[in-house]
Amino acid sequence: MNFPSNLLYTKEHEWISVDGGKARIGVTDYAQSQLGDIVFVEVPEAGRRLKKQETFGVVESVKTVSDIYSPVGGEVLSVNAGLEAAPELVNQSPYEKGWMIEIRIGDQGELAGLLSAEAYRKYVEEEAGQ
Amino acid sequence: MTMENKDFSEAQPGLGFSTPLIFEQGRAGRTGFFLPLDDLAGESLDIEMSEKDFRPPVEGMPELSEAEVTRHYTRLAQQNMSVDSCFYPLGSCTMKYNPKINEDACSLPGFASVHPYQPERLAQGCLQLMHELAGDLAEISGMDEVSLQPAAGAHGELAGMLIIRAYLESKGEKRKKVLLPDSAHGTNPASSALCGYEVVELKSNAEGLLDPEAVAGHMSEDVAALMLTNPNTLGLFEENIKEICRIVHQKGGLVYCDGANLNALMGIARIGDMGVDVLHFNLHKTFSTPHGGGGPGAGPVGVKKDLSPFLPIPVVQKKGDLFSFDYDRPKSIGRLKSFYGNFGVLVRAYAYIRSMGPEGLREASENAILNANYIRAKLKGTYHLPYERTPLHETVFSDKLQAEHHISTLDIAKALMDYGFHPPTIYFPLIVKGAIMIEPTETETRETLDRFIAAMKDIDRMAREEPETLKSAPHMTSRDRLDETLAARKPRLCCGGQGEFVLFPISLIYKREPSTPGH
Repeated sequence: MNFPSNLLYTKEHEWISVDGGKARIGVTDYAQSQLGDIVFVEVPEAGRRLKKQETFGVVESVKTVSDIYSPVGGEVLSVNAGLEAAPELVNQSPYEKGWMIEIRIGDQGELAGLLSAEAYRKYVEEEAGQ
Repeated sequence: MTMENKDFSEAQPGLGFSTPLIFEQGRAGRTGFFLPLDDLAGESLDIEMSEKDFRPPVEGMPELSEAEVTRHYTRLAQQNMSVDSCFYPLGSCTMKYNPKINEDACSLPGFASVHPYQPERLAQGCLQLMHELAGDLAEISGMDEVSLQPAAGAHGELAGMLIIRAYLESKGEKRKKVLLPDSAHGTNPASSALCGYEVVELKSNAEGLLDPEAVAGHMSEDVAALMLTNPNTLGLFEENIKEICRIVHQKGGLVYCDGANLNALMGIARIGDMGVDVLHFNLHKTFSTPHGGGGPGAGPVGVKKDLSPFLPIPVVQKKGDLFSFDYDRPKSIGRLKSFYGNFGVLVRAYAYIRSMGPEGLREASENAILNANYIRAKLKGTYHLPYERTPLHETVFSDKLQAEHHISTLDIAKALMDYGFHPPTIYFPLIVKGAIMIEPTETETRETLDRFIAAMKDIDRMAREEPETLKSAPHMTSRDRLDETLAARKPRLCCGGQGEFVLFPISLIYKREPSTPGH
């Protein structure tokens, strides 16, 4: 299981990659492995304003349908259009080609509550052990 | 796969039939119906018809003989697993056997031939049945009044939530949120969202129950309602239901109960007595009407008397000895369905309730609980139980122990078909990883339950000894394991040319030979 150290994570299994005032968001390697083969990803339209923890999309696998939550608030700048035709990118490359949205971060302070790679790894191990 | 001496298996190999889509069969000009000869020779009908009075020709209408049509649908029916052919422990769906006396009752000409525009005075028997059925459901559930109109469980939820919204708005309240436990059926948040509410999810506690504190922590004057299911989707009775209702009511909110699991409570406890304000019934679950492709369903909704004025119109009323439709309900949320609901389904449910009687309904619930706990006790240790608490009518296992051998819930579900059992509900409720949700219902014999238990134990043995066989299951069905991912990503919604089907069964036979079990 891959937990890149340059990312921040949520307990709902999203990752966020911060680049100045902007950030990319997707679901983690653990999330995609638990979901199984992903067959559909619904992402919002650019321009939508999200609050922290707001549902911004849906990821559907053969097993289940899950909401995706925004780790921080902000405005959606762009979405990964490739996921419509190739949702399997989330399985194959959760941190790179399977990214979901890019946002302009509303409040940098909200990043403080997110998990580091190490903290997230521990959380996942606990969850898997249950 | 080795299946010798498995006398607990209910499956056997047999010749199945393929059938092309009906649109790919027949020949132009073929017909299975002939209009009678014109016996009005010489009579002038004196009707002038122009081009626009005729329907334009329909492209691609199938043209088949009666025998072709009969065989097509019979073959499709034979490919089906149903409550008439096998044990069907689909958790939360209550796939109990549908007694044939229900069919007998709804085929009576007075019910089967009634027209929805028939005057009330000529449909008194039908109205009486609806009136009495609504009364029976109210009595069973402890609600004050029941509308039979909603055509499915989720439709009943929508009706119930619209009633709640209309009631609150009549008091000048514009509340925005609905609270739901994380074990809820997916239709609950969907119904709330359709009514314009924001959904707030409440975490279940370690025992799988809803904590009154969790409700209190989220309850405010902005919350319209709490939606819950009792017993919940883990089969567990929400024992703090009265306290939870009190907390919600204290802040002016209402409590909605999803009646999906009413089969555990009939004649034992009444949801209305627990403080719930709105409840829907699934006649196709609890009251033995057809379900799952055999529908349509029916999802009557029951309310407490403060909410009665908001029920959908019309409601059947009794004045003196006469029954009629009451449309005079100015606060009603309106009509939710053309005419009066799925009437044939209502007749079946009525037949069930009246043939069971109060003691029979109670006994059905007691046996449903006993059967679920029998399976639970027998499979405990073989399959992981995520929650220790004793459930009512259904029991949830997980694939945790089999996962050590890389066998998943999906593999277990697929393999069950090879033993002649319909798979249980899987991967639900969402709070259990790899959930296997088994609801045997009261209509199964102990012998059937024992064969199912033996099959589940045999699947566990195979997980350890021959996991590869499980991973490619099912082997006894007319199709091997389907590629569900490809089917979802690149769906082929129409089969190919006509010739393809003629050759298909032959290739299937050759493909099956090496892996067919029992040979």
